[in-house]
Amino acid sequence: MEEAQVQAELAQTLKDDKARQTRAYWIRVAGAVALLVAIAILVNIASSGEFLRAGNIIHVLRQITYGCILAVGETFVIITAGIDLSIGSLVSLSGVVMALFANAMGFGGVPLIIATLCVGLALGAAAGFVNAVPVVKLNLPPFITTLAMMLIAEGLSFKLSHGSPIPLAKSDFQNTGIGFFFGPVSIGHMTLPGIPNPVIWMLVILVGTSILLTRTKFGRYVFALGGNEEAARLAGVSVSRVKTMVYVISGMCAATAGFLYMALFGSGSPNIGVSGDEMLEAIAAVVVGGTSLMGGRGTIVGTFFGALLIGMLYNVMNLIGIESYTQKIVLGAVILLAVVIDELRKRYLRKA
Amino acid sequence: MRDIGKSFPGVRALDGVSLDLYAGEVHALVGENGAGKSTLMKILAGAQQADRGDILIDGKSVTIASPRSAEQAGVGMIYQEFNLVPTLNAIENIVLGYEPSRGVFIDERAARERATSVFAELGITLPLNVETSRLPVAQQQMIEIAKVLSRNARIIVMDEPSAALTDREIDRLFAIIARLKAKGAGIIYISHRLEELPRIADRVTVMRDGRVIETRPLAQFPAEDIVRAMVGRRLEAHFPDLLPVAPDAPVVLAVQNLSRPPAVNGVSFEVRRGEILGLAGLIGAGRTEIVRAIAGADVPVSGEVRIDGARVRARNPREGIAAGIAFITEDRKGQGLVLGMTVRENVTLAHLAQFVNRDLLVNRAKEEEITERYIDELRIRTPSPEQTVRNLSGGNQQKVVLAKWLLGNAKVFLFDEPTRGIDVGAKSEIYNLMVKLAQNGAAIVMVSSELPEVLGMSHRILAIRGGRIVREFSRAQATPDAVMAAAAGAAA
Repeated sequence: MEEAQVQAELAQTLKDDKARQTRAYWIRVAGAVALLVAIAILVNIASSGEFLRAGNIIHVLRQITYGCILAVGETFVIITAGIDLSIGSLVSLSGVVMALFANAMGFGGVPLIIATLCVGLALGAAAGFVNAVPVVKLNLPPFITTLAMMLIAEGLSFKLSHGSPIPLAKSDFQNTGIGFFFGPVSIGHMTLPGIPNPVIWMLVILVGTSILLTRTKFGRYVFALGGNEEAARLAGVSVSRVKTMVYVISGMCAATAGFLYMALFGSGSPNIGVSGDEMLEAIAAVVVGGTSLMGGRGTIVGTFFGALLIGMLYNVMNLIGIESYTQKIVLGAVILLAVVIDELRKRYLRKA
Repeated sequence: MRDIGKSFPGVRALDGVSLDLYAGEVHALVGENGAGKSTLMKILAGAQQADRGDILIDGKSVTIASPRSAEQAGVGMIYQEFNLVPTLNAIENIVLGYEPSRGVFIDERAARERATSVFAELGITLPLNVETSRLPVAQQQMIEIAKVLSRNARIIVMDEPSAALTDREIDRLFAIIARLKAKGAGIIYISHRLEELPRIADRVTVMRDGRVIETRPLAQFPAEDIVRAMVGRRLEAHFPDLLPVAPDAPVVLAVQNLSRPPAVNGVSFEVRRGEILGLAGLIGAGRTEIVRAIAGADVPVSGEVRIDGARVRARNPREGIAAGIAFITEDRKGQGLVLGMTVRENVTLAHLAQFVNRDLLVNRAKEEEITERYIDELRIRTPSPEQTVRNLSGGNQQKVVLAKWLLGNAKVFLFDEPTRGIDVGAKSEIYNLMVKLAQNGAAIVMVSSELPEVLGMSHRILAIRGGRIVREFSRAQATPDAVMAAAAGAAA
């Protein structure tokens, strides 16, 4: 075959593939959206119109912000076929450390906010680094190294805070924690709710990490090493550097969540994140969002929808008055159902 | 490559090997399994390091310390089991590690152009935007070739590239090799299939036992000579005498038209009481798959297996065991033993039901008694039944596997590479045991890649190729050359 002809054919197959994939993608999205809308309408009727109020939707977004940011970091780790169990404890530790730091500083305003955030991020990055070193150098399972970090961070957090929340001495963080990006607007007798600042943080992080994962070399290597570590190594990818970075990112995401919690409550509380619920829900959000625990596949957008699904469930159950014990049972069942359906869908696609 | 030497613990894999390759040449490298071909090529590709010797490219000595430095020196290796990231698509795999970028972002357009231009050069089209795990093997191989080419390799090593391909795909592969050759690349082509050499090779080098036996231009290297060089004359291990099988001995195992494509294609044979049947063939010929299908480790698509005349339909190994089949797998550590468990626990694992009391607890005293008996009988060198199997030598591990299957009084024993990686002393003991089993009335099927073993230990030999029986040899007919020629597909 002539080279030009082959080029043309390749371009055509590429176009066809792309078209097919785009179609499959939109069918999937449309399916998910249709399902969500259907559920939303049902729930809306059940909750006598409460659920679809704009205020409630914003409320759900605000509720999922912290867990979603944790899940974003966890997504990176899980795509490399790793796991990070320490993120909940790091929320607690970073909140306490940042509160102590902010109270000790003599200045205020934006510089204080930035400096405090940097301290938290540095702490999260350092913890992620410590998580990664035994994984990278000794090939130890991340399950155990991050489990150790989970205990260490929790202990440190309670030691530093003597077990009770550390109130922030200054009010500089109030706007970050509970302020609005643009405030509630009144048009006539209708009030549109404002968008809370933490939600903006979440959206920025979602967009930023999604670009990092899909458009950069680093992101490509994250997938490559989750898909076939040996092939990545033979292709000259610095496997240890990429692996270290995913744990660092996960730690920094945890610290960011810790920062936002601290700003929300006006204190650095050791009790937030240490129960394990936050960590497990983040992992659930990642997996429900279609990221493979076997590594090599996953998206940030999926993780967002996973977190949204879990957040909506809680919200709905609260609205229609299901008590908290039953809520856990339902949540567990829904998570199981979601991953089973996803696996069946993939098997069906593979056969087709 | 000059005077390359490489040793592994206990084995001298390469002993002063020299090999040269011209530009625009296809140099075929042949030899039996374990001859050292793959090790030599891994050294060239930087996946392993030589203990001694030099590599010269264009007359200049080069140091190849890593896969990366091999690439920079212009060496590209296409492994038999590919090195693609299964979750990435063709383009992503081709540029992996060398992504064109704009700032911190990957330049997708440039990546696409690079990939399509290589495929254009090769004259092949395939889906570029699909996860490679979903493509057929032949297309995955094309991606590997394109990947190597995109890194400007001038020395391309292909390790058994045709092993997993259909005839038509092989034609395409050869067309591509011809193109590469025309562009001045030098190609080292490792193959087990002697019949394909005349179609592509310019020169042939035969390796055996870590040495180069001979290099000749293809035209002056007839197939019989190649086979002879491959097999050579070697020290025969001591094999025990086989008792003749009575001509009227009942058929124990009957296999009729067994198929499980692509590896097993219509295999039929019978094994009588007291008979040892050897399956000879090269790696990938389908021997292991045949015995796996009989044992129920894989489920055959069609055909039937009978034991003592009764139809056996083993859908899994448990049903195979129940039907009286003992399957001693080739991968002792991966499939035969639980390395972290003790000798006792391994021996009783497959027949634990025999040791369960009425109170549903495992009768440990009985386990110990039986294990001690086998330790004595098979002379397993272990301090106690409680020793962890991981700590035993290969030969003793294999005896533990045997003890496990002897316990079940099976009627049919399937041995897959029974003496791989164990020392000579333990080998003889295992041979003796097989003969004893046969004398006691078992029917035995043995798969082995060691030709002398097949010849020395079998009443009858089937040469297997492409999942089919290509020829049957009686013990008297079987010569190393004839069996090897049949297994390799040479018209000898």
